[in-house]
Amino acid sequence: MTELLLGTKKGLFALEGDPRSGEFDVTARAFAGEPVDFAMRDPASGRAIATTTSPFYGPKIWFADDPSGEWTQAEGIALPEGGDQALERIWVIVAGEGGSLWAGGDPGVLFESRDGGETWTLNEALWQHRIDEDWQPGGGGLCLHSIVPWPGEPDRLAVAVSAAGVWLTDDHGDTWRKGNRGIVPRYLPEDAREDTFQLCVHRMERAKLDPRRMFIQFHGGVYRSDDAGETWGEIGSGLPSDFGFPLALDPSDPDSAYVIPLTGDFDRVTPDGHVRVYETRDGGETWMPRGEGLPGHHSYLTVLRRAFDRAGEGPALQLYFGATSGDVFGSGDAGASWFTAATRLPPVFSVTTS
Amino acid sequence: MALVCVHGPLRKLAGGRPEQEIGGATVAELLRGLELEHPAVAGWILDERGVIRRHINVFVNGERGAEQTAVAAGDRVEVLPAITGGGT
Repeated sequence: MTELLLGTKKGLFALEGDPRSGEFDVTARAFAGEPVDFAMRDPASGRAIATTTSPFYGPKIWFADDPSGEWTQAEGIALPEGGDQALERIWVIVAGEGGSLWAGGDPGVLFESRDGGETWTLNEALWQHRIDEDWQPGGGGLCLHSIVPWPGEPDRLAVAVSAAGVWLTDDHGDTWRKGNRGIVPRYLPEDAREDTFQLCVHRMERAKLDPRRMFIQFHGGVYRSDDAGETWGEIGSGLPSDFGFPLALDPSDPDSAYVIPLTGDFDRVTPDGHVRVYETRDGGETWMPRGEGLPGHHSYLTVLRRAFDRAGEGPALQLYFGATSGDVFGSGDAGASWFTAATRLPPVFSVTTS
Repeated sequence: MALVCVHGPLRKLAGGRPEQEIGGATVAELLRGLELEHPAVAGWILDERGVIRRHINVFVNGERGAEQTAVAAGDRVEVLPAITGGGT
C-alpha cells in the first residue's frame, strides 16, 4: 500500500491505495477549510508534518502521529522579532541526512529541526544573504521551495529559491555560495542576464546514485548539472514546452527525470489540452511522452511545483501528481500507464508519498 | 489594566476565558502582554514585526484600533477574526 499526503487549498487529505490496481481512497482529512501548503511523513519517526497558511493567523507547522488525530503546533517558525519582514508561507519540508528536517519558505527562508519537527531554528547565514542582497520574489512569492540533501553527507545541501537561484553549502548551512553558472533567464533582457541572480528556479532535484547529478525545472528551461550544482546546461529542447513546475527522478537511474510541461508562462496549462508527463532516461538528450491513461482531450490542467512525487524505483517506480483541478493521477510502472487516484478534491498544492 | 476579550478560535489559545485583564499602554503592548501570559497565542495575532495580522480586527471600546492605539485602565479591547471572503 502507498500513502499519499496531499496539501490542498481546503485542508490536508491522506489517501491510501495499491499502485498495481490504482484503487485509492481518502483515509483522513485534517485542517478542514485551511490552506495546507505541504504535508509529508518524516521517514525517521513516521510522524506526519504539515504546513498551513491561515489567511487569518499566518503560517504554521504542525505534527501528528496520525493525520486523522490531534495535531500539535511546532515551535520556532518565525523570523526574528522586530525586523521588517514577516514569514509568509512554508513551502516544503524535506528529511535531511543525519536526522535533520529542513523547511523552506517565503521570504526565502530555511529552517532546521533536529527533534523530528517539534522545534525549528532559522538558518541565519542564508537569511543574512537574503537581507544583504535584496532577493526579489517570483510570482508565487520569494519561496525557498527545493531542498536537496546529499546522500550520506549531512553537511552538504543545495536549496533553490524563486527568484534567487541555487544556493550550495558544504558545512551544514554555516556558509552558502551561489550555484547558478549556465542558467539563462530568458525573461530578462540579454544585457541584464550576465550577473543577475534573479533566477526563477521552479523545482530542483538530485540523483540519488550520483549526487553530483542534479536537475532543474526553470522558468523557461530544463537544466542538468554534473558537478553538484556549480554549473548547468540546458536539456529541454526535446520537450513540447520547457516551461513547467514539477520534477521527479527515479532514484535507481541518475540519467532519469520526469517533468510535466505547461504551455508557457503566458498560459500555465497542459499544452493543447493533453495531460502528459515527459520522461528522459539519457540525461535529457531525448524525452518521451508518458500519457497512457491521462486525460487527453480538452484537459487544461495546472500542476504546481510540489504536487509531484514518487515512491519506489526502477520498473516499479511509482509517480503521483495532483492538479489545481483537484484531480490526482498515479502510475505504478514508471509512467508507462496512469490511473486516476482521486477527483474533485480542492486544488492540490502538494503531493508526497510514503 | 484593560479588559481583553478574545473571540473565535483564538480564545482557546489565549487561556479560554471570555475576558481577562491585561496591562499595556497601547494595543501592541497589550497584545504582547497577552502573548507573555499565554505563549500559545504568540504569532497568531501579531506577526514577527509586531503588526496585527491582516485579517484580525481589534476594537477598543467599540472603535477600530491599531497597534499604536492608546489603551487606558478599564478599556474594553476586543480581538476577533475579521469577516472576510469573496476570494474563495
